[in-house]
Amino acid sequence: MKNEALYNYVLHLGDDSLILGQRLGEWCGHGPILEEDIAMTNISLDLIGQAMSLLDYAGEIDGQGKDHDALAFLRFEHEYRNVLLLEQPNGDFANTMMRQFLFDAFRKPLYEQLVASKDVQISAIAEKSLKETKYHLKHSSEWIIRLGDGTEESHNRVQNALDHLWRYTDELFSESDLDQSLVDAGIVPSMSEIKIQWAETVRSVLEEATLMIPTNNWQFEGGRRGVHSEHLGFLLADLQYMQRAYPNMTW
Amino acid sequence: MSNKEWPLWEVFIRSKQGLNHKHVGSLRAPDATLALDNARDVYTRRSEGISIWVVESNYIHASDPSDADSFFEPSDTKVYRHPTFYDVPDGIKHM
Repeated sequence: MKNEALYNYVLHLGDDSLILGQRLGEWCGHGPILEEDIAMTNISLDLIGQAMSLLDYAGEIDGQGKDHDALAFLRFEHEYRNVLLLEQPNGDFANTMMRQFLFDAFRKPLYEQLVASKDVQISAIAEKSLKETKYHLKHSSEWIIRLGDGTEESHNRVQNALDHLWRYTDELFSESDLDQSLVDAGIVPSMSEIKIQWAETVRSVLEEATLMIPTNNWQFEGGRRGVHSEHLGFLLADLQYMQRAYPNMTW
Repeated sequence: MSNKEWPLWEVFIRSKQGLNHKHVGSLRAPDATLALDNARDVYTRRSEGISIWVVESNYIHASDPSDADSFFEPSDTKVYRHPTFYDVPDGIKHM
């Protein structure tokens, strides 16, 4: 492979979008209200669209003729590079929105920096995706504020979601040695800058939502290395079933 | 848990071509900001618009259908209110 570092990086961006898109799609037909059902599936399709562009580009870097379908449907669990946060089950609506918010607050500054990438393909994908992501963050932030500063029931549920998901947030900013070569080459930003912006968004929205940032700093990681939680296998069984049962089928 | 229903909102969209916002439907939302979000998601996902208005349905006052006799029918017989009794000079186009 010409550029393993770039392949890994683009693959992890694509897998983050793919896995969260699949999770949100599970809400289709189950949203708390019709309007939110449509909102979540719109966001899901935005993410799957991003995954298509990113995985196509990863396949191109890999140079073995794999397109987005081959990469989305025909890999094994340990070959996915998404962070653990995104494969966690939907839980209730508060949990889904908190997962979305913690990710959107990370994705927006990341795409903003990637627009300036020296890799033109990454820059183009980031520019298109940034517009979508700005809306995702607006939407999830508004829900976090309303749930947190809402009824006692909604406040407790969204605080529980935050307490539960906080342990998966450090992994968003993990950087491998391979990533460092891309940072040096001006292709991707350093995660320390992204983390500062993420922390500021999270602090201000959670404060308005009257939510408490957990003090427990125990953190999980592994997704970026292909070491996943038990939930990913079930998600992939859903995602991959048709291609595995009927290879090469299309509609 | 509260069983109170969210208020109903009427949605008006200005399309790319049109000058006026047109009524396209309604939806439920807890407040104006989320009503705009929902309108964006429900009514503009196929690029139908470049501007959205939402109005809480409570604030719309409608004419009473039972008043139609006195409200609308009298104008049916007032053809002179249409500007169709003028001779348009030959040189005028687009009329």
